[in-house]
Amino acid sequence: MGEELKLHGAWISPFVYRVIWALKLKGVPYEYIEEDLSNKSPLLLKYNPVHKKVPALVHAGKPICESMIIVEYIEETWPQYPLLPIDPYERAMARFWVKFAEEKGDAVWALFRTSGEEQEKAMKGTLEMLKTIEEHSPDAKKFFGGDKIGIVDIAFGAIGYWLGVVEELLGVALFEAHAFPRLHAWLKNFTEAPKIKENLPGRDELVVFVRSWRAERLLASQN
Amino acid sequence: MADEVSLLDFWPSMFGMRVRVTLAEKGIKYEYKEEDLRHKSDLLLKMNPVHKKIPVLIHNGKSVCESLVIVQYIDEVWKDKSPLLPSDPYQRAQARFWADFIDKKIYEPGRKLWATKGEEQGAAKKEFLDIFKILEGELGDKPYFGGETFGFVDVSLITFYCWFYVYETFGKFSFEAECPKILPWAKRCIQKESVAKTLPDQKKVYEFVLEMKKMFGLD
Repeated sequence: MGEELKLHGAWISPFVYRVIWALKLKGVPYEYIEEDLSNKSPLLLKYNPVHKKVPALVHAGKPICESMIIVEYIEETWPQYPLLPIDPYERAMARFWVKFAEEKGDAVWALFRTSGEEQEKAMKGTLEMLKTIEEHSPDAKKFFGGDKIGIVDIAFGAIGYWLGVVEELLGVALFEAHAFPRLHAWLKNFTEAPKIKENLPGRDELVVFVRSWRAERLLASQN
Repeated sequence: MADEVSLLDFWPSMFGMRVRVTLAEKGIKYEYKEEDLRHKSDLLLKMNPVHKKIPVLIHNGKSVCESLVIVQYIDEVWKDKSPLLPSDPYQRAQARFWADFIDKKIYEPGRKLWATKGEEQGAAKKEFLDIFKILEGELGDKPYFGGETFGFVDVSLITFYCWFYVYETFGKFSFEAECPKILPWAKRCIQKESVAKTLPDQKKVYEFVLEMKKMFGLD
């Protein structure tokens, strides 16, 4: 299928990486377009008028938005390296956890944006989320998708990796190995998997970026 | 092998209604169990340990949770009757996008319309109407969000229709004036038996909200 595939993204975005992982795991070639989120391109605003966000995947000129919806589209369009099980019940379980990641993952994103009381609340939310996922974590060496990475791994993987960034930034330890041993082992497994390892933004670079972004926001809110 | 299907639900829940409409569309026989959300049953806590919420579909002993996950599950298992999701992957992505938009955006501002006052209510009203105007734009001149046939997005949204009297009364606006395309669409959906037989009367929902406000001291 030689139709044009373009991904509008931003190197700092965990949501964009979910789409990149899906495309890389399936070996689907695409053109990547880096967006400046402080100055979004007219093209991005045209492709995602409702949310005005990255990622936006454009296939033969037609846009698809919202990271996990894009991942399901990729799954249905390119069947190699399946990310969802075949059995409808197993699929429902996977979609349940994807929804959980979307809802509860908000606490982690809030850690980046907030301070004081709001941030305390986000930390609590993060710990609650981790506790729930730990209970349902896969066995050692396995993924949520089983022997291979699946859609739930992709959803949680973004949260897990970026959580490491915000922990370093804030100098807190939320996702501790002794408290969440199975989840910790899973994340290590996930981030070391070949197609994922080659497609992760540098942690140090992310920390530097977020640090200056937060400082800018603080300054702007004080003026 | 006969399928055993039951649904744990709460009659005014627009989320639970999505599942009821879907089951009706597919002609699936099931046992309905009303939950008292202030005294959740052991079955509910066992079947949805993560969220402890309704709706929960129990199919041959296995539970499926989250209304839109349940609707997709039913659509995949009982795929030969009244398909709700389109077959084309791009159309499916669009349907999922709008169902997700509806799922994320309406409930909270809608709740604030009847649960809050003053500035908070005012802000919620603006947000609520902005969302419906976006949905109106997406509907356009199509008979249904799904195009020619009633589909996934229609199921996701129509269940809010029985709450319209609540929203209009407390929010002091009319859908007819603010979003004129929404009511004809809703009336078209109501002509379907699955929808008409599922949605409770708007006044009944309103009375339920009055009771809730009294109970939670929100008068």
